[in-house]
Amino acid sequence: MFSFVARRLAVAVPTLLILVVISFVLMYAAPGGPFNSERPLPPEVLANIEAKYGLDQPFWKQIVNYVTGVVTQFDFGPSFQYKSRSVNDVIAQGFPVTLTIGFWSFVVAVGIGVSLGVAAAIKQNSWLDYLAVGISIGAQVLPNFVMAPILLLTFTLWLGWLPGGGWNGGQWDHLIMPVIALSTSYMASIARITRSSMLEVLNTNFIRTAQAKGLPMRRVIWKHAMKPAMLPVLSYLGPAFVGMITGSVVIDSFFSTGGIGTFFVNSAFNRDYSVMMGITILVGALTIIFNLLVDVLYAWIDPKIRY
Amino acid sequence: MTLKTTLKASTAALLLMGGTQAFADAHATHPVTGEALASDQTFIYRDLDESPSIDPGVAEDTAGGDILRDLFEGLMNQAPDGSLIPGVATGFEVSDDNLVYTFTLRDNAKWSNGDTVTAGDFEYAWKRAASPELASPYSWYIELMSLENASAVIAGEMDTDTLGVTAIDDTTLEVRLTQPLPYFAQMVTHFTTFPVPQSAIEAHGDDWTKPGNMVSNGAYMLTEHVPQEKLVRERNVNYWDNENTIIDKTVSLVINDENVALTRYLAGELDRTDVPAGQFPSLSEQYPAEAMSVPLSCSYYYTVNMTDTTNPALLDANVRKALSLAVDRDIIVGNVLAGGQKAAYTFTHWATAGFETPDIPMASMTQAERNEMAKSLMAEAGYGSDNPLSVDLIYNTSETHKSVAVAISQMWKQTLGVTTELDNQEWQTFLETRGNQDYQLARAGWCADYNEASTFLDLMQSNSGYNDAKYTNAEVDELLADAKTSDNAQANYDRVEEIIAMDTPIIPIYHYAAVKMLDDDIKGWPRENFQQNWYSKDLYKVAGE
Repeated sequence: MFSFVARRLAVAVPTLLILVVISFVLMYAAPGGPFNSERPLPPEVLANIEAKYGLDQPFWKQIVNYVTGVVTQFDFGPSFQYKSRSVNDVIAQGFPVTLTIGFWSFVVAVGIGVSLGVAAAIKQNSWLDYLAVGISIGAQVLPNFVMAPILLLTFTLWLGWLPGGGWNGGQWDHLIMPVIALSTSYMASIARITRSSMLEVLNTNFIRTAQAKGLPMRRVIWKHAMKPAMLPVLSYLGPAFVGMITGSVVIDSFFSTGGIGTFFVNSAFNRDYSVMMGITILVGALTIIFNLLVDVLYAWIDPKIRY
Repeated sequence: MTLKTTLKASTAALLLMGGTQAFADAHATHPVTGEALASDQTFIYRDLDESPSIDPGVAEDTAGGDILRDLFEGLMNQAPDGSLIPGVATGFEVSDDNLVYTFTLRDNAKWSNGDTVTAGDFEYAWKRAASPELASPYSWYIELMSLENASAVIAGEMDTDTLGVTAIDDTTLEVRLTQPLPYFAQMVTHFTTFPVPQSAIEAHGDDWTKPGNMVSNGAYMLTEHVPQEKLVRERNVNYWDNENTIIDKTVSLVINDENVALTRYLAGELDRTDVPAGQFPSLSEQYPAEAMSVPLSCSYYYTVNMTDTTNPALLDANVRKALSLAVDRDIIVGNVLAGGQKAAYTFTHWATAGFETPDIPMASMTQAERNEMAKSLMAEAGYGSDNPLSVDLIYNTSETHKSVAVAISQMWKQTLGVTTELDNQEWQTFLETRGNQDYQLARAGWCADYNEASTFLDLMQSNSGYNDAKYTNAEVDELLADAKTSDNAQANYDRVEEIIAMDTPIIPIYHYAAVKMLDDDIKGWPRENFQQNWYSKDLYKVAGE
């Protein structure tokens, strides 16, 4: 197991490097630059700015400087758009926000999704089953950018129960709507996957044996059925994680949470090269780590899987 | 501590705490109007986006300007109607040749840390804003003010010490210009000219704008700043006019989507927000006391590429004039925008100070007459149903720009038989395309830097860096240069507007209005301030019914 993890981490480094170079090239290929504005800057002002941000240097040199800065000092450079802030500042502020929302969305999506799926599978074709499937199909057609305005109207305007946005240091009432909006469609998918996989597992021989031996149903589910049933759900979690990261862009923007989602989108519009690169690397690294975690969990759940 | 000392200390502490809330409690009614004041004097409003910087020397956007006018104070301020009133300076004198301004500063102006604001702070700030090291995107403003040696300093050719501003002593600031600009005094209300605290900058470097590090001389201090979420500024008790400041706290919330902002406004979370496009008529019916539309110092127009990369038809003045005539501006402002904007036949905004809109012949015709004239001009140019004209129009991605463009292309089709290819581009891409003259017709907007007509018309100069049309006319250049020193600049501006109405390098469409929802408990909003430069210290909140 250790060598497996070590190998994966070792491969991660060149992967990220390639990611950096490709992103750099794509970014610079787009027309426009960070210092274009409706009122174009006089040439001497532009020259000063470009010198300050190193944009007057040849392209390859900029990449080298950037990668060196990142690798040796974890310095992702200054933001081109936000003049007194560095990318480290931006990420230090935004990442905890997005992480918190993402974490709780995960917990909700997996927790409720799995519970619904298991309940539906156990009591197949009962009202509980139809209700669970109905909820999950309904939730699946509500992507987060549809859920968000509905939640805002309902809970802020009509009921006045929750604040309409902001973060306020992570107060719980600012978390509720973003988490619901982000987790809903994933909860739906997880419920359906859990239900079908659990149904399959419940029909296997070893479960029948356990039931025949007289084990209580609860023990059968938790001790024997859960682990194999979770395997398909685990495979789904990889893409779900990526989806939540990209979905967080909409949520962060909509609810003004100050998370990295808004910075990511704005940096593309503003051609804020360093912030874009910084967040791209961050998301790339997170995806690699998360997929690694999923693979490790796989091995833990199913002893037959060995790397 | 003895009991007595403890009592003294706690009383002092309570008084100090209460002092910040003092105004609303002690003056439970407004001193001038007698209205009952709300006990919570907090003003919360919406910003579209996080400002790139709140360092006065580096800031570049209007939202940043709103914040900076609360945190800092310049030599002069703007009254609610836009006229000049004393700020840190009590007044100024001008030399006979109008090239030297001497500002006298008040002696009781203080920074939030208790230090006195001196002329030296202004000298430091202006030289810093022009310095190549700071590389400020607004350093061109110093050049625009025509300070001595400004261009050379910005280009790094001369040392910043040679810039034409000197603190003669702590309360006297001398400014030397290279041109006797008639509107110079207006320019010192702009945020690039605000003083900055040298001690804080030297102590904290780029971090000096963070709450806790920032030292400000305005009516408010920065207490909280979470980028992309909110910015909070609270009363600065050391401000020289703190006694007359009523609002205790102003909060700006960054809300990207205007419809979300409107929902939160209606839920009571905000006191001011923007009206989403097209919703002004219904909102002003539902909330007549809250929906507001006031003139705003920007003009919306289509710029015509007059270089050789354009559609050759557009090089014919008759074609351009015909296209301009065929636009039914009343439909655009009345039906498409419906926000209180006014039709534009001149480039300069009608509400600009000192500007009397000249009689442009086109403006007093009916649309039917304009269409007739347009058709005959087009025929003269050789285009018609047997030789149809096709033009390309680009605009930056936005629902509003799209609606306007679609409406105008229809008008051109129906009246002149002209086919228009519409293309929208993302903002940065659009700027590149337009800046490289890679277009035929392009949407544009221009806002005033100061409240005088030349802020618009200088774009028509052939050597202006903002002249995307690359329009050249020797008479216009001469008139504009002459206006800088003339006693009667209005005559020059009239003539320039007449010339561009004939030559049509731009097709003016409408003059902007600021269309907002403002809670009717907030009073003192400067509706007549043309640039919509507002100060929190001029506002107050009345007790709701």
